[in-house]
Amino acid sequence: MKYAGLLVMPTGFLIAVAALVLFPDPARRGVFVVCGLVLEAVGLAVAVRGHMPGARRP
Amino acid sequence: MTDQPLPDTLCALAAGLLVLAPLAIAGLALINAGLGRSRSAAQSLVGSLAIFSVAVIAFAVLGSVFAAPGGATFSVAGKPWNWIGGGHWLMGNFAGAAPERQLQILFECLAVALVGLIPWGAGADRLRLAAGIAVAVLTGAFLFPLFAHWEWGGGWLASLGVNFGLGAGFVDAAGAASIHAIGGLSALAIVWITGPRKSKFPREGLATAMPAHHGPFVLFGCLLALVGWLAWNAAGAILWLHAAPSALALTALNTLLAAAGALMATLVVTRLRFGKPDASLCANGWMAGLVTSSACAALVSPGEALFIGAIAGVFTPLLVELMELALSIDDPTGAITAHGAGGLWGLFAAGLFAAGRGQFLAQLVGIAAVLGLFLPLIYGLFTVLNRFVAFRVDPDGERLGMDLHELGGGAYPEFVIHRDDSYR
Repeated sequence: MKYAGLLVMPTGFLIAVAALVLFPDPARRGVFVVCGLVLEAVGLAVAVRGHMPGARRP
Repeated sequence: MTDQPLPDTLCALAAGLLVLAPLAIAGLALINAGLGRSRSAAQSLVGSLAIFSVAVIAFAVLGSVFAAPGGATFSVAGKPWNWIGGGHWLMGNFAGAAPERQLQILFECLAVALVGLIPWGAGADRLRLAAGIAVAVLTGAFLFPLFAHWEWGGGWLASLGVNFGLGAGFVDAAGAASIHAIGGLSALAIVWITGPRKSKFPREGLATAMPAHHGPFVLFGCLLALVGWLAWNAAGAILWLHAAPSALALTALNTLLAAAGALMATLVVTRLRFGKPDASLCANGWMAGLVTSSACAALVSPGEALFIGAIAGVFTPLLVELMELALSIDDPTGAITAHGAGGLWGLFAAGLFAAGRGQFLAQLVGIAAVLGLFLPLIYGLFTVLNRFVAFRVDPDGERLGMDLHELGGGAYPEFVIHRDDSYR
């Protein structure tokens, strides 16, 4: 779980960076950058959950 | 902002300010020592000096190569992406550099020491001195220089304005991203890898309260940090934004207002939550206000700085409480919240309030880089490092205290330390 969350986070970063290159339109660019940040937040939440002591117990 | 070289008078002023900037480091070291336990106080302060030294040496030997302007560039869709610097080993070109560049290197040397101290505080009472030093080497030689190059050395984040029309590019005059956000995320990685202090989270019941052992250290550290931050923010505005002398008073005023707004907000929130203001959380709130000012003090109006600081002061105690009680994250100094969350909020707010079309998007891209790329990178590197230099002290050392275990003597040898029921 914790590694999955941390692996998702760079994907969000790549989406944000790709938006700069792919979309000249500021509105679409902004939407995709925000989507990248949301994905990072989801990855962070999964990583935090994975590091909680309860998540390690069987 | 201009590309013209700084006049000599401004260089002299920046040099004077940088002499005061280490007070921020001294303040943080006192806060770290005070918020930890009495049996780890000497190890905390010796570690602060060691980390300062090692981080500066690592930056001088290797990090300054990666942080310098120029270096490696690749092209994507016809746009240049400069991702790593290309300086000289051991600052070989320092004497021949322009005075402005020399001051920038000095600024970065001080900054790298501050980055190393942030995770050191989060690992208080169980992070080994050798591990703290190893983390400082990695931070000073690679992690900080890489991001510093991106935002200050003409890297791809600084070029977002030129390449993609996003305002002035990613703006961070005093290191809210490269110092505080990266330091705060390093603190999170350290806490995850070392785990909580023994008996902090018992199997049943709430988290055990482990209060600060020396409140006056902590609060005096906050006051010292203010002096350092005033100097740091003004020097950063001169060196990285080429701010005019007329803008420096506003930068200093905004720094004061952000800290004051944050402290008062934390005071009110803790008074409402617990019935009385909480000294440790007020210190965290104060630091969070200062950290937010690192991002935005040179860019916003006084009213906006007060608002930004107040928001930081509201979320700091709530986030510290959430992390401890709900997420089982044992961060004795509140570094993850004050530096990590405070830094990210400051960068966001700078984009929200700063003038310039596209500036907000540039700040969001910078935040995405810190959070999405650097947190996994830091965690991965620290996990590997932990295989070679164990981060956590052995249980016997934790029971004895870091002072006796690592240094052979306590910070307060004449004190009788009461029995700790948690180790029965």
